[in-house]
Amino acid sequence: MRGILSERMGAALLMAPLLLFLVLAYAWPFLGVVKWSFTLPTPGLGQYGALVSDPLVQSVFIRTLRIAAIVTIVSVTAAYAITVVWVRGSPVQRVLAEFCILVPFWISVLTRAFGWVALLSNRGLINTWLQSIGFISEPLTLVRNEFGVIVGMSHFLIPFAVFPLASAMRSLDERVLLAARGLGSSRMRTFWTVFVPMTRSGIIGSAMIVFVFSLGFFVTPAILGGGRSVMIAELIYLRIFQSPDWGLGAAISVVLVVFVGALMALLFRYVKPKQLV
Amino acid sequence: MPTYRPGPVSLILAVLVALFLLLPLLAVIPVSLTPSRMLTMPTGELSLRHYRSLIEDPRWLDSILLSIRIGVVSSALSTVLALTFSLGVWMFQPRFTAALVGFVLLPMVVPPVVSAVTLYFLLTSVSGISSFFGYDTWLGVAMAHSVMTVPFATVLILVSLSQLDRRIDLAARGLGASVWERATRVIMPNIKFGIVTAALLSFVLSWEEIGVTLFITSVNAITLPRLMWMGLRDNIDPAIAALSVILIIITVLVLAVRSVVTRRQATP
Repeated sequence: MRGILSERMGAALLMAPLLLFLVLAYAWPFLGVVKWSFTLPTPGLGQYGALVSDPLVQSVFIRTLRIAAIVTIVSVTAAYAITVVWVRGSPVQRVLAEFCILVPFWISVLTRAFGWVALLSNRGLINTWLQSIGFISEPLTLVRNEFGVIVGMSHFLIPFAVFPLASAMRSLDERVLLAARGLGSSRMRTFWTVFVPMTRSGIIGSAMIVFVFSLGFFVTPAILGGGRSVMIAELIYLRIFQSPDWGLGAAISVVLVVFVGALMALLFRYVKPKQLV
Repeated sequence: MPTYRPGPVSLILAVLVALFLLLPLLAVIPVSLTPSRMLTMPTGELSLRHYRSLIEDPRWLDSILLSIRIGVVSSALSTVLALTFSLGVWMFQPRFTAALVGFVLLPMVVPPVVSAVTLYFLLTSVSGISSFFGYDTWLGVAMAHSVMTVPFATVLILVSLSQLDRRIDLAARGLGASVWERATRVIMPNIKFGIVTAALLSFVLSWEEIGVTLFITSVNAITLPRLMWMGLRDNIDPAIAALSVILIIITVLVLAVRSVVTRRQATP
């Protein structure tokens, strides 16, 4: 009896500090944010009403969904192309692919966004080069708009899209591919009718991760969008620091959490968490 | 060794993606060498003035030191909390473990901007009580960073515990070791690589954290990413290019060392 008691005590004592820390520093303040959404500036459901009726908020939500969808398609496609080589290439190809995936992955989001500014701005590398070869006379507007946001976000999210895909491609049975080839199927046909369908769980997992990440993305859109294509996260920031309209900022945050939670629940119905890494 | 190799079409596409991934990292190199005060390509002569301004301008040095201090404190806090929690989970396997671990992972799953609003709420509430712990203080930032990094530290430590042979701990227990002795003299030495990795990852995540930091600092606690952010939003300062080049070189070196070390361990 004493043994069981001390077992429980031991577990409780070891687990308590982190749980207590997260309750005090995270769960409780989140409830405070929920409270803000119902009480500021006046008590009631006014802020949630504003979410539905305010055309600005609506256009930001629609833009966020649109950008997230485009970024998801671009990132997953690009990630698929490089993951094939990372998982199934020759040893040299694999090392090179790994380098190209991991180096950007470990570099901070600010440095990466700045790199795109340096490439895409009016006096950046691409415009300077296109003008010097006489291809264009006026610089193209490549940044501080939606194009820049999509490019920067896809760049950030490709490495995240790679991991679920790599896991799916690694667990795929070689012999099925060899059988398809042996039965006379062409390379392309084997790829489209055998390889891609067999990595379906990886594609779903990777698309969901990228989509969910895109919804709450802040830094890249704020820098590369230049205030012109505001997404949900930047709208929250502006509501809290520039309006200041804490109630609306809190209400948008709550809606975002509920939406992302629903998407994650959907994801885990189709893909086991283990398959994502 | 895979026998089904990618064909020429796959290789061409992969090279294009690889270029896309590396291009923005390479683009900062020429920009960092421009003699101009503005963000441009060098048109002839090269200059190191932006690298010099990193050393000479006290703001950069101050923010680097502050980021290191916050990183060390938040990494220590989140590693200790993650370690004790993971030991509890592994040694006692209590009921509701899945739910408790799920709760701990929340800050990793919730959109960062929502965590930022949450921590903003926390620190502005605390500001009324304590002047050195709330909004725009370095301790406040360190605590907020711990909230954000603790799920990653927990995952890493739980993964290294899951690879540990339970029979080692059972033997120690059978020989009469107390919980404390089992934890500190049997289990921890066996997962020390995981603990060190968790601490390093927490430090790196805190070092480059910007999403939350923007919400909880204004003029006093200016971390390095926060300073970069200010330079990026207003008029773009080419000193950021010089700093980016240095950060990229450090990252590449660390990854190179790591891959050499792990290859050596893989082929003894």
